[in-house]
Amino acid sequence: MQIFMASLLILLLILAISVSFTKKLLPAVLIYMSYSVITSIIWMLLQSPDLAITEAAVGAGITTVLFFVAFKRMGLFKKALDEEKEDVNEKEVK
Amino acid sequence: MKKKLNRIYNILCVIFALVFIAAMLLTVNSLPSIGEPTNPTNNVVSEKYLTDASWETGSLNAVSGMILDYRAFDTLGESCVLFVATIAVFIMLRRDEDSNPNLPTQYLNQSYEDEDDIIFKKTLEFLFPVILCFGIYVIANGHLSPGGGFSGGAIIGAGFILYLNAYGLDKIERFANSKTYLACSVCALLFYGLAKSYVFYVGANHLHSIIPVFADGTIFASGLILPLNIAVGIVVSNTVYALYIMFRRGGFNK
Repeated sequence: MQIFMASLLILLLILAISVSFTKKLLPAVLIYMSYSVITSIIWMLLQSPDLAITEAAVGAGITTVLFFVAFKRMGLFKKALDEEKEDVNEKEVK
Repeated sequence: MKKKLNRIYNILCVIFALVFIAAMLLTVNSLPSIGEPTNPTNNVVSEKYLTDASWETGSLNAVSGMILDYRAFDTLGESCVLFVATIAVFIMLRRDEDSNPNLPTQYLNQSYEDEDDIIFKKTLEFLFPVILCFGIYVIANGHLSPGGGFSGGAIIGAGFILYLNAYGLDKIERFANSKTYLACSVCALLFYGLAKSYVFYVGANHLHSIIPVFADGTIFASGLILPLNIAVGIVVSNTVYALYIMFRRGGFNK
């Protein structure tokens, strides 16, 4: 159990550092979401299931959804899709 | 010049981060280890809550007994903070169609998912009642098992968001529109305030509520905690759904 806990904590560290080094917004939000999920597992191991439920519902679910909606309103997904299409077109041309 | 300033700024950033990390690590290092009986957290307060909460408040979940009985006035403040947060988002993101009829409309009827996503719709047909039932279960058993108003409300709000994404604004606004939002939130907050804000006037003295406390481990065991949990759950689920709909379209349809 101690090894499991330690690996979870190390994973938390890795995720927290990788959020700040991710350049694209969408993967950053997804990493942040997995950070929340792992935090909720840690709450579960620390015997506070109340917090685990709330962390899983709010941290992993609703915060991520709100981020996505905000990105959608800002038109970031559209831009990403357009860039992907352009990339595909360029490859086809080549 | 600008490059030089930038470099100095970067170096200062790294130094500040290193100092901050060192300070935090030193603080963590000087904390007592988890689970020691001599830790300062193991004092009279937690002992009192753990031994007396189950028979004084009737709530087997000591956390619920604490936040909705001993410290219920704090929870009233938290619920009000949620309501005020929704109002702040509404002020910032709302579409004032009455005084501004020429607002851009490209986001209004834009669907975020494929309209005919049959898999999503059929899955949610089974899943939506289950999510609602689980949320209600978490709220109603908040004093007997882990959970309570905050977590259950978040689950129900997430269920509403899923429903909105599967079936569209027209269908969900039959039952979740601005009128029901205001009525439910204000009624829940008013009920909570009437039930617990007397603490503000009587200080630390605890009045006994009219609803009896049985402390026998059934759903009605804990007197006022069950209705308070339901009120908090209504406020939280409304807040979650309203935040989503503000971000998505800038307010309710009607």
